[in-house]
Amino acid sequence: MSTLDTRSGIGSDVPLWKRYAAGHHWRSADEEFDACTLGFWLFLATEVLLFAGLFCAYAMLRYKYPEAFLNGSSHLDWRWGCLNTGVLLISSYTMAASIRMFQLDRQAMGKLLLAITFACGIGFLIIKGLFEYTPKLSGWFISFDPALPHYLDFKNGEALGGLFVHIDGYGGKAPGQFFSYAFSDNPFEPLWWSVYYCATGIHALHVVIGMSLIAWCFFRARKGAYGPTHYTMVENTGLYWHLVDLIWIFLFPLLYLIH
Amino acid sequence: MTTLDSSKAGHLGDHHGHHGGSYLTPKGGWLTTVVDWATTVDHKKIGVMYLVAVLFMFFLGGVAALVVRTELLTPVRTVEVQATDAAGKLMVDADGKPVMKSVITGQWLGEMKAKIKGEELTSIDGGNNWYNRAFTLHGAIMVFMVIIPSIPASLGNFLIPLMLGAKDVAFPRLNLLSWYIYVTGSIFAVCSIIIGGVDTGWTFYTPYSTTTDAEYANVVLMVLGAFILGFSSILTGLNFVVTVHKLRAPGMGWFDMPLFIWAMYSTSLIQVLATPVIGITLLLLIFERMFKIGIFDPAMGGDPVLYQHFFWFYSHPVVYVMILPAFGVISEIIPVHSHKKIFGYRAVAFASLGVALVSFLVWGHHMFASSGELGATVFSALTFLVAIPTAVKVFNWIATLYKGSIALTTPMWYALIFLFLFSIGGLTGLPLGTLATDLHLHDSYYVVAHFHYVMMGGTIITFVGGLHHWWPKMFGRMYNQFWANIGAFTVFIGFNVTFFTQFFLGTQGMPRRYASYIDDYQIYHVISTVGSYILLLGFLIHLFVFLHSLVAGRKAPANPWGGLTLEWEATSPPDEHNFHHEPIVRHGPYDFDTTVPPHWDPKDYPLPARPKHAH
Repeated sequence: MSTLDTRSGIGSDVPLWKRYAAGHHWRSADEEFDACTLGFWLFLATEVLLFAGLFCAYAMLRYKYPEAFLNGSSHLDWRWGCLNTGVLLISSYTMAASIRMFQLDRQAMGKLLLAITFACGIGFLIIKGLFEYTPKLSGWFISFDPALPHYLDFKNGEALGGLFVHIDGYGGKAPGQFFSYAFSDNPFEPLWWSVYYCATGIHALHVVIGMSLIAWCFFRARKGAYGPTHYTMVENTGLYWHLVDLIWIFLFPLLYLIH
Repeated sequence: MTTLDSSKAGHLGDHHGHHGGSYLTPKGGWLTTVVDWATTVDHKKIGVMYLVAVLFMFFLGGVAALVVRTELLTPVRTVEVQATDAAGKLMVDADGKPVMKSVITGQWLGEMKAKIKGEELTSIDGGNNWYNRAFTLHGAIMVFMVIIPSIPASLGNFLIPLMLGAKDVAFPRLNLLSWYIYVTGSIFAVCSIIIGGVDTGWTFYTPYSTTTDAEYANVVLMVLGAFILGFSSILTGLNFVVTVHKLRAPGMGWFDMPLFIWAMYSTSLIQVLATPVIGITLLLLIFERMFKIGIFDPAMGGDPVLYQHFFWFYSHPVVYVMILPAFGVISEIIPVHSHKKIFGYRAVAFASLGVALVSFLVWGHHMFASSGELGATVFSALTFLVAIPTAVKVFNWIATLYKGSIALTTPMWYALIFLFLFSIGGLTGLPLGTLATDLHLHDSYYVVAHFHYVMMGGTIITFVGGLHHWWPKMFGRMYNQFWANIGAFTVFIGFNVTFFTQFFLGTQGMPRRYASYIDDYQIYHVISTVGSYILLLGFLIHLFVFLHSLVAGRKAPANPWGGLTLEWEATSPPDEHNFHHEPIVRHGPYDFDTTVPPHWDPKDYPLPARPKHAH
C-alpha cells in the first residue's frame, strides 16, 4: 500500500524511508498512513468474521454432540497447545518491539526482532505439524513427546534411528470420511476432527501468510525502507500478526482446555 | 477517441486552463493503450473496465434466462400415444388393441443436449437436468457476477472519488487488484459452465451441492469462483469506506456528501462485514464436497440447516448490497432532473445506514420452513423493520418530485420506472414476510416474481438509468434520447409482461425450479416468455443507442443535466487527475434553490425547464 519513490533520492546515502513520498492522491504522508491503518483494521474485521463461521460451527456441533467433542478433545495434549501459545505470545512481543525499533531508527535491532518473529512462526508450525498433526494422523510420535511413555506398550516401529516411534492403532484421527481410528467411543467423533483440522488448518494458513509478510518486511528493511517517518508496512504486518495470535488465544482454550 | 478532446468543450478549457487530455485519450498505439488500461490504477478506467466486464456477464446471464423461459414455453411431460409404423399407419397388436409408446414433449433443452452429444434422448431427466443447469447458471451469474458488482464497482468506482472531489480512491492498486480478482472468479465460473455446468441452484444448498450428479469439478469450480469473487467484493468495499473517510474535499462534512456516497458507504460496510462469512461457508462447502468432512452432512451428524444459516447470514445482507447503491443512484437522479432540493436529506442518509443495520438481523426469513416456530416468528417481526427505512426513502423521493421542475429525460424515466416497479416489489414482499401467507407462497413463482421486481426492477433498472445519467460524464458523448426512451418503455413493458404474470402463477401453486408443469399454467408461461423476448428487444435498443453514441454522439457538455455534485465540475470526460484544482465545497449537493449549477448553459443542452434560482 505504499509507493517507494526512488526518483527523488539524490545521494545513495539517504535511506529509502527518508526518500518516501506519499501517493499522488494524498495531501500528506500522515493521511496516507492513517488511511492504510484504517483500511487494515477493516480487513482485520473481515478476518475475525471469517473465523466467526468456524467458531459458530464449533459451538453448534459441540452443543449437539458434547460427548463426541469431549472424546476428541481428550486426544489433544494441552502441553503442546500451551507451548504454542507461548511461542505466539513471544512472537507478538518481538513484532511489536520491532515496529518500535523502526520508529526509533534502530535498524539492526528492528531487523533482528523481525527475524525472531519469523523464527517463532516456524516454531509454531513445527510444533503444530510435527508434534500434533503427525501422530494423530499417522501414529508416528517424535521420541521425546511427553505423551509417548503412556503408549510405549503398543510400539511397533522406529524410524531415523529412534527419533520417530510408531504406535499401533493411535493414528487415523482424520477429519470426516477419512477418520479410521479404531477405538473411538462415539460415532460423531469424526465431526470433532473436521472442526479441529478446519480451524487449526485455516489458522496455520494465516500463520504462513503472516510469515510471508514478515519476510517481505525483513527484505525491505534490509534496503532501509522503514524508519521514523515511514513504517506503514511493518505496522500493518504487526497488526496482522497480532490477529493471528489473538485467534489462537481463542482456539487454544476451546480446543484443548474445555472438558 | 482523441476527438473527444474537442474544441466544442472549449469554454470549459478557457475557464480552467485545460491542457492535458481526458482519461480516455490514448497514450500511443493500440498496444500501448491496451497495456495502459491493463495496468492502470485510475479509478475511472477501472470503473469502465468493470462496466464492460459486468455487461458481458449480464449478456451471459441474460442468455441463460432466455433459455429458461424458452424451455418453459411448453410443459415437459410424458404422454402415451399410439405408435405408428414406417408408413405412418397406427399400429395394433395381434388382438387388435392399439400399441402404445411414451413420448416426451417440451424437451427442447434435452434434445439440444442430445444433438450436441450425438445421443438419443432417452429419458425425461435429460431435459430436467439441463433445465436445472440453465437456471443455476442464470441465478449464479446474475447474483454474483452482475448485480453485486454492477453499480458499486462500475458507477461507484467511477463516481466516488469525483463526487468527493478526490483524485482517486484510497488504494488505487488494490482497486486494480479487485478487478483482476473479479475477472479470475468469473473465469472460474465460466469454466465450470463450459465443462458442463452446475445444477445446484445459485444457493449451493447442501446436500444438493455435495451430492448432485453434476461432475465433481464443476461444483467445486463454481463455488471457488464465488469464493474468489468475495475477495473482490471485500477489497472494493474496504477501499470505498476508507476513501469516504479520508478523501473528502476540503469543506465537505459528512452531511455535505451526495446521497449516492451515503448509499455506497452503507453498501461497502455490508460488503466488508458480510462477505467473509460466505468465504468460510464456501470454503467449508468445498472441503465437504472434496473431503466429505461432514459438517453439513446429516449422514455424518452434520447439519444442512447450519449451511443455510451461514449462507443467508451473508446472502441476505447482500440483497441490500444489491439494492442500496440503486437507492443512491435514484437519490441523485430525482433531485437533478426535477431541479429541486432532496426532501429529507438526513432521513435518506440515515435510512441507508438503517437498512445496512437491519440487513444483518433478518437472514432467517429465507428459512421459515426449516426453522422452529419461535425463530420464525422473531425473524418475521424483524423482517418488517426493513419496510421502515425503505418507505422513508420512497416517500422522500416522491416528496422531492412534488412541485419540482421535472425534466422527462431518459434517466428520469428510469427513476420513475424504478419507483413503480420497486414499490410493487416491496409491497409483494410483505406476504412473504408474514408466516401464515409465506407457507403458501414460499418456493413458488410468487417468490420469483417478487425478487425479480426488487432485484431487476430495482437494481438493474436503476443501473441502466444511472448509466444514462452519467454516460455523458463517463464517455463525453450524448446519446439519442428519443431512442433511449423507446428502449426504456420497451424494457418497462417487457419486464411487467414477464414478471407480473408470475405472481399469478405463484399464487396458483406453480413451484419454482421445475421444468414441467400442468397444462393449466401454460398460458401464463407463454405470456411470461413473450415478455422476456420484449425485454431482450429493449436491452438491444439500449445497446445500439450506446454504441451509436460512442461512434457518432454529440459532444457532451460538462454539466448536461444541471447537477450540483462535484463530478459535474469536472470536464466530460474528466481529466486524468479528475480536477484541475482541488475543488472546495461551498454549497450542498442539492441546493438548487440557492446555487447556479457549475458550467450551466441551457443552450448546451435544451432542457424542458430551467432551474429555479435564488429569490
